[in-house]
Amino acid sequence: MTTAPPLPATPPAEKLTLAVVAAGLLALLLALADADAGRQSLWFYLALALVSGGTLAWSWLKFGGAPAGVQHHNLWLRASTGRGAVAWVTGLVLTGFYVVLYWYSGDDGHGHFGPLDHLVHALDGFSQWLRARPADQWFLYGTFYTLAVLLMGGRALWKYRHSRYQLIRTASVMFFQLGFAFLIPGVLLFFQQPEFYFSYFWPLKYDYLFPGTVTSLLQNGGLGIFMVFWGAVMSLLATPVLTYFFGKRWYCSWVCGCGGLAETAGDPYRQLSDKSRAAWRWEVRLIYPILGIIVAITALLWVHFATGGTLLGQAGTVAAKWYGFAIGSVFSGVIGVGFYPIMGSRVWCRFGCPMAAYLGLLQKHFSRFRISTNGGQCISCGNCSNVCEMGIDVKQYAQRGEPIIRAACVGCGLCSTACPRGVLNLENGPRQGRYQGAQLIHADSLRILS
Amino acid sequence: MHLVIVGNGITGVSCALAVRRLRPEARITLVSAESPHHYSRTALMYVYMGHLRPQDIKPYEDWFWEENRLTLVHATATALSTREHRLSLDNGTTLAYDQLLLATGSESRRPDWPGQHLAGVQGLYGLPDLEAMARDTHGISRGVVVGGGLIGVELAEMLHSRGIEPLVLVRDAHYWASVLPPEEANLVDRQFEENHVPVRYRTELREILGDAQGRVRAVRTTAGKEIACQWVGLAVGVTPNLALARTDPAVETDRGILVDEHLRTSVPNVWAAGDCAQHRRPGAGQVPIEQLWYTGRMQGETVAHTLCGQPTAYRRGVWFNSAKFFNLEYQTYGEAPAGPVPGVESFYWEHPSGRAALRVYFRAGAPHAVLGFNALGLRLRQAVCEQWILAQAPVTTVLAHLGAANFDPEFFPQHEPAVLAAFRRQFPQLPVALKQRKGLWGLRLPFTT
Repeated sequence: MTTAPPLPATPPAEKLTLAVVAAGLLALLLALADADAGRQSLWFYLALALVSGGTLAWSWLKFGGAPAGVQHHNLWLRASTGRGAVAWVTGLVLTGFYVVLYWYSGDDGHGHFGPLDHLVHALDGFSQWLRARPADQWFLYGTFYTLAVLLMGGRALWKYRHSRYQLIRTASVMFFQLGFAFLIPGVLLFFQQPEFYFSYFWPLKYDYLFPGTVTSLLQNGGLGIFMVFWGAVMSLLATPVLTYFFGKRWYCSWVCGCGGLAETAGDPYRQLSDKSRAAWRWEVRLIYPILGIIVAITALLWVHFATGGTLLGQAGTVAAKWYGFAIGSVFSGVIGVGFYPIMGSRVWCRFGCPMAAYLGLLQKHFSRFRISTNGGQCISCGNCSNVCEMGIDVKQYAQRGEPIIRAACVGCGLCSTACPRGVLNLENGPRQGRYQGAQLIHADSLRILS
Repeated sequence: MHLVIVGNGITGVSCALAVRRLRPEARITLVSAESPHHYSRTALMYVYMGHLRPQDIKPYEDWFWEENRLTLVHATATALSTREHRLSLDNGTTLAYDQLLLATGSESRRPDWPGQHLAGVQGLYGLPDLEAMARDTHGISRGVVVGGGLIGVELAEMLHSRGIEPLVLVRDAHYWASVLPPEEANLVDRQFEENHVPVRYRTELREILGDAQGRVRAVRTTAGKEIACQWVGLAVGVTPNLALARTDPAVETDRGILVDEHLRTSVPNVWAAGDCAQHRRPGAGQVPIEQLWYTGRMQGETVAHTLCGQPTAYRRGVWFNSAKFFNLEYQTYGEAPAGPVPGVESFYWEHPSGRAALRVYFRAGAPHAVLGFNALGLRLRQAVCEQWILAQAPVTTVLAHLGAANFDPEFFPQHEPAVLAAFRRQFPQLPVALKQRKGLWGLRLPFTT
């Protein structure tokens, strides 16, 4: 199209709330810059208050005011969500934050945390209260991360309030992020226990089944033994069983923290995922080898451990270190979240996450889950493909009347929510006939030939 | 065989794909002036509203056509010579064919309203319309939509998404009166109200008034009222596009291109399907010209079989359709008349919120075979509804197993008990008890007996 349709003006009240968010980000910069320790804290908490209040008020005005329903007006036309200038700036800031966080914010031995030092120390009080120890850069990151899931989760709750599936699912990721990935690990530290995340499992949290982690947890006694047991059971037993009954979604879009961020903070960017066949080929080329690599590294480490360190030398340890750098830091963090505004919210989950690969294989071959297509009702409008954060071209299946069974599908349910004709439905049912398409769509079907 | 298909809409493309499947060696050429690649006409509104980009409404990626050896010609077919088996194109070339499918679709209907040629007056059918609308609605404050059908509500929603005030003129006393019973229409009206879209019922357009530059400045209604506006959308239906067919007198046309049940025109080796075709002898209860996405697809697939040596009569089967009115989804299956029909009863349930409703049509006489469904704000499983209708299942059986047809997402409220309670109140002489809630497992039960 040569003519872009006109964008409606943003209402003044919405502009005001966005200004509050901007003021909050400014306060965060002041906290970074101000040398006075007392004022740092003040700026920091002022920033959190302004960003939180502004975001929630904006969400309420933006989505709460309109009647409940799909609210995607101007999604591709706004610079922020349509790969415009705002998106590129956001992407650069996020990427920059991850680079600083991962490689320039370590403790220098004197309690200084690089450029983020002031922000880290602003959290000391809260960290002492929750974890009985001063804050570090990872606690700052965890706080920001959880806040992002909660605030943008609030936005998602308003936006998708017409769908109970979306409401319950969003509440679930908010609950698991706040409880399992933030408060419980903090409280464990408070009680001098190992910092353990009960909602992350091998092979995503790859070191949980490494001999080093296992032996150190076992040395911890009671709770440590339970943690090893929990990790092993969840990875090797619960994952296949739950995926058999509910598909990959029980984890990826209901529990996982990466998924939680994607479904909340990443929701404005879900349409940006690449739906092309070329992207699908890259997905297959990357995600299964990464799963293979982490399985191999884990096996190497255990062989090394079992042979008392005599066999294979340090190969496993070195490989684990490189894996941690390339996959754990660069891929999942810098690219995975930093590129949200450009490549969509699930780049890591789709191309990199070994847990997603493992769950995907189970979903494709050993599961009762599928997205059913309602007979011949599809009109090929493309809304389902558009909202698929995993880049599945959903309409290819829907317009053929076929059920959607793809390893990548995380079961967020947005295709079903966005479908204007009620064509798609996430269902668990008998495995028999799971791949069978509708009889209503092709001329070779009984309807026309009989 | 060289098959030339004029039109790359759903009908032409469905035919091309089916022929490719049945006859891998066939040479297939698709001619279209509108767009280089097939796109989904039904999704035009989402591009205007910014939900999708123009490239997102292509059902197939661009590599698809070459990989499947489907030749695309982006040109207008200006003349047809059936005697010479030849098609002339506006780029100066000609195309020879062995078989020709006319799938030229429709054009917006434009009754003779004074002022309908002013700038800023248009219908919504194709890409040029979308472009005109994007251009002509820039910076305007009000647009008038004429017509109380599916495109009317789409145009209203499109304007509304831009903060432009739509005003809808509807000829009948309620919305889409030819299709929806008053109760259903009332729920649609509530959507208009909720979105602050004014609708004038029992009001028709008399004339469109222009300014000195030849642009729309107002409309005058049959009530004599002048309404200021800067844009007018005409959504009073479409009519078959006969421009090409009429260039060869051998091709018989009426309102559409006349076809028999095999979609054969009056000329050998020339076929017509989809919006542009008019059936000489439509099936019982069916209209001669069908202008739906689904029927276009079915006709395209049907004619493909005949073209490939498997003569197949077009049989539409159990009627179905769907739409969305702002936030209210609509599905219909089978016979669902707008008004009373002798021998047909209907049962209607509406949720107190006014956001969900179900109507079930059935025969007045025992065993009260089910005939059709209207669903608003809830989703029904097409395969189950169709099976019930074909099997002439008694309405009491249908209601007892209503959960089998429930296609709503997980955790959505299940209305079956409330629906049954309402049925017992309205038809106390027909006892029924709920036997089945929703779910795929239920489909294995013999729910149609």
